[in-house]
Amino acid sequence: MTIDWLNFTPWTSLAGGLLLGVAASLLFIYSGRILGIIGILEGVLPPKLGDTAWRFSFLLGLMLSPWVGQWLLPADGMHAPQIDASWPMLVVAGLLVGVGTRWGAGCTSGHGICGLSRLSLRSLIATLSFMATGFVTVFVIRHVI
Amino acid sequence: MQRVIEFFAGLIFGLGLLLSGMTDPGKVQAFLDLAGHWDPSLAFVMGGGVLVGVLGFGIAKRKNKSLSGQVFHWPELRHVDRALVFGSLIFGIGWGLAGFCPGPALVSMASGEAKAFVFVLAMLSGIVCFDRITLRAQEPLACAKDCP
Repeated sequence: MTIDWLNFTPWTSLAGGLLLGVAASLLFIYSGRILGIIGILEGVLPPKLGDTAWRFSFLLGLMLSPWVGQWLLPADGMHAPQIDASWPMLVVAGLLVGVGTRWGAGCTSGHGICGLSRLSLRSLIATLSFMATGFVTVFVIRHVI
Repeated sequence: MQRVIEFFAGLIFGLGLLLSGMTDPGKVQAFLDLAGHWDPSLAFVMGGGVLVGVLGFGIAKRKNKSLSGQVFHWPELRHVDRALVFGSLIFGIGWGLAGFCPGPALVSMASGEAKAFVFVLAMLSGIVCFDRITLRAQEPLACAKDCP
């Protein structure tokens, strides 16, 4: 292992992380809802009566963030996405992420940010689990195959 | 008012994802690539998020109701079960393969990334398929309970 100092961005990543914490705290303290992307999406697939308005408001804000970010975020803080995965690989990965987060009842936001912040044992186990297979998967596709 | 706050929570969350580097699958995979040229940045994302989150959820714990007057929807599940572990393990494989997790994929799709759009479609299909299959599996049980 060597550390990639050139692409290491501790400050913008920390600042971005603080914003994630602010958003999760805001949604819970104000509306009493957990900021978990999969949990929020699941509630609109299909929409259930009386439980969708907050979900759509949140998702609208989320989807407008790239547009607002053009003005608000520093240009050098914006990462141009580099997507190595092929089209078929993206489909497989998407299906695994959908099934896995639904079955495990949470993703990086619900378990990784909100759950760990609540000091939930379930979320700690979930986070360690998906990090573990994430590390192994990248090891396999980059160094084995 | 409540809808506005929720909109801003989504907006701030998206801006956080963009600023942190989470919307760049290359950076996510560079974080997951311990054996290669490792970029530890994303550890700072989770660190920052949890730092603020501990304060935020700590405040909520000492209150009975949210500011909007609605109850707090605290997650009710407590026990660690097979679904939690296996689901999360499967999620990690998908995350490693593409470098996308759900939030960043939605943001990346919204910025016009065609590959993120395909990923999100597959992800939504995964959720819907899972729900269909588990619902079907539960039906005989529900019937056995209701029908004498």
